[in-house]
Amino acid sequence: MNTELRELYQEVIIDHGRHPRNFTKMSNYNHRLEGYNPLCGDRILLYLRVENQTVVDASFEGEGCAISVASASLMTEQVKGKSIKEALQLFQAFHELITQQAPSTNTQNCLGKLCVFGGVREFPSRVKCATLAWHILNTELNNTELRNSDQNQIVSTE
Amino acid sequence: MSLMLSTGPSPIKIDTINWKNIRDDFPLLKQRVYGKPLAYLDNAATSQKPNAVIERIERYYRFDNANVHRGVYALSEHATEAFEGVRDKVQQFLHAAHREEIIFVRGTTEAINLVAQSYVRPQLQPGDEVLISDMEHHSNIVPWQMICEQTGAQLKVIPINDRAEILLDQYQTLLNKNTRIVALTHVSNALGTINPVQQMITLAHTQGIPVLLDGAQAAPHLAVNVQTLDCDFYAFSGHKIYGPTGIGVLYGKRSALENMEPYQGGGEMISRVRYEKTEYNVLPYKFEAGTPNIAGTIGLGAALDYINNIGLDNIALHEQQLLEYATQALESIKGLHIIGTAKQKASIISFVLDSAHAHDISSILDREGVAIRAGHHCAMPVMERFNVPATARASLAFYNNQEDIDQLYRGITEVKAIFG
Repeated sequence: MNTELRELYQEVIIDHGRHPRNFTKMSNYNHRLEGYNPLCGDRILLYLRVENQTVVDASFEGEGCAISVASASLMTEQVKGKSIKEALQLFQAFHELITQQAPSTNTQNCLGKLCVFGGVREFPSRVKCATLAWHILNTELNNTELRNSDQNQIVSTE
Repeated sequence: MSLMLSTGPSPIKIDTINWKNIRDDFPLLKQRVYGKPLAYLDNAATSQKPNAVIERIERYYRFDNANVHRGVYALSEHATEAFEGVRDKVQQFLHAAHREEIIFVRGTTEAINLVAQSYVRPQLQPGDEVLISDMEHHSNIVPWQMICEQTGAQLKVIPINDRAEILLDQYQTLLNKNTRIVALTHVSNALGTINPVQQMITLAHTQGIPVLLDGAQAAPHLAVNVQTLDCDFYAFSGHKIYGPTGIGVLYGKRSALENMEPYQGGGEMISRVRYEKTEYNVLPYKFEAGTPNIAGTIGLGAALDYINNIGLDNIALHEQQLLEYATQALESIKGLHIIGTAKQKASIISFVLDSAHAHDISSILDREGVAIRAGHHCAMPVMERFNVPATARASLAFYNNQEDIDQLYRGITEVKAIFG
C-alpha cells in the first residue's frame, strides 16, 4: 500500500471510523450543534454537557467518511474533562497538526493520541473531513465563552 | 487527429475505428498520477479535450482574435465567421430547424435559468405547477424552485423506482391543466438513467405542456434530434462534450424564443437604444447580451467536429461496451452496490461499498491513479431517495478503455484491503 495512505488510514482511525465511541444522543446535554459539509454530505450533530466551564460529557451522531467519524469519535474522547479553555487550545493544536507541514513538538505533545490524524495533511481535500467535528466544537465553545461574558445570559443552547 | 476524415453526416463504421489512436488525441490522458497511469473516470463532471480543440482555441487567439459582429475589418469578420459557423454546427448537431434557435450561453445551468426566468416565470400564477423528476441535478431543481417561490407556483416531482426509472403512470397523473412546464433530465448525472423522453414529451404535448430537456449528460453520449423529440427547449454544456468550459447551448423552438423577454440587457442584444425605449435585436442575439465567449464557442465547434468524425452512434455503442465491462467488474465485488440500475443507462456507474464511505474510496483510488467523483453529485434529493449520504461515481467516455476499468477494480480491491 502507498505510504501516505497507510499514514492516513492508521489502525486507530479505521477502528474509530468503524466503531465510533460516544456515538449516541446524549440525554442530558446542554449544548447541541450540527455541522454539515455540503461538498460531501458529511453531517455531525455534536452534544456537549458543560458545567463550571468544563466539558463533562461529549457525544455525537451523524454520518460521514472514516476520517470525519473517527475524528469526531476521538475528539469526544479527548475533550471530556477538559476546561473550555483547554478544549479550545486543543482545537488550535489539531488545526495546526492538519494544516501545517511541521507542527511544533508542543502541539504534538498537547495532542497525544490525536496525532494519528497527521497523515491528513498530505490529503488537502480531506482536511474538511478531519476538522468538521472540531469546527462544531470550536463554534459552540466560543459561543459559550461569549455568553459567559454576559452575566445575564444562561449557558445553554436549548 | 487520428481520423483523417472530413466532417460529414455519415460517420465511419465502428469496426474500423482505432480507439487506441483516439485516446492518443487527448494529451492530458498521457500523464501519470502518483507514479501510476491516469485512469480518468470523472467524465460526467467534465471531459478531457482533444488536441483539435486545444489547438483551435490557440489558433483563434494567435491569429483571429477580434470582437464579433462589430468591427468593420478583416480580423473581426474572420472571428464573426468562425463564431457564427459554430451556430450552424450546433444546429446540425441537434438537428434544429433554424440556426437562430441556437442560443450561446455559459452552460446548461445558465440555459435552464434563462428559460425559467424568461419563458416560465412571466406565465406563472399561484396554483400553477412546474414538473421535474426525482433524479434532477440541482441546476434543474433550484431555478424552478426560485420562480415558484417568487410567484406562488408549486414544484412537483415525478417519482422514480428503485432501479432509478421514471414511474410513467405517476408522471401521467401529475400532468394536469396547471402544469406550465416539464423540466427533465435526458440522462441522469448521478444514476446514469436514460429517460424515455420521447414518450414523455408526447404525453406532455397532448395537454399542451412544453418540455425542457437537460441534455448535459446526454449530448456527449447520444445522438440528439430536437425535431424528432419535438422538445421545446434543450440545453447542454460545452465542457462535458470535449469542448471548453464557459460555453453551452440553449436550443429553443423559434416560436417560444420569439415570445420571450430578453434574459439580460446590454450590447449585442439591442437593435436601437434610446432613453425612452429600446428595441431588442432579433433571434438569437436577443439572448446574447455582451461580448460572447468567442474562443469557447469556436472551441465547442472543434469539439463537435471531432465527435462527428467518430460518430455519436459509434461513441454510444463503444461506451455501452465499456459500461457492460465495468458493470460486470464492479458487480463481482462483494459488498459493492450499484445505485441506479435502469434498463436504459448511459456510461455512468454510481456505487457504494458496505465497508467504506465514498470519500475514503475516492482518496484511495486517487493514489492508484484513478479519478472518480465522490459525494452527492449535485443531486442531494437523489441521495435522499436512495438513502445514501454519498456515492462513488465512475463515468466513462469513449477514450476510456478496459485497462482504466481494471485499474478501478484493483483500486477498489485496495479499498477493501484497508477497510475489510
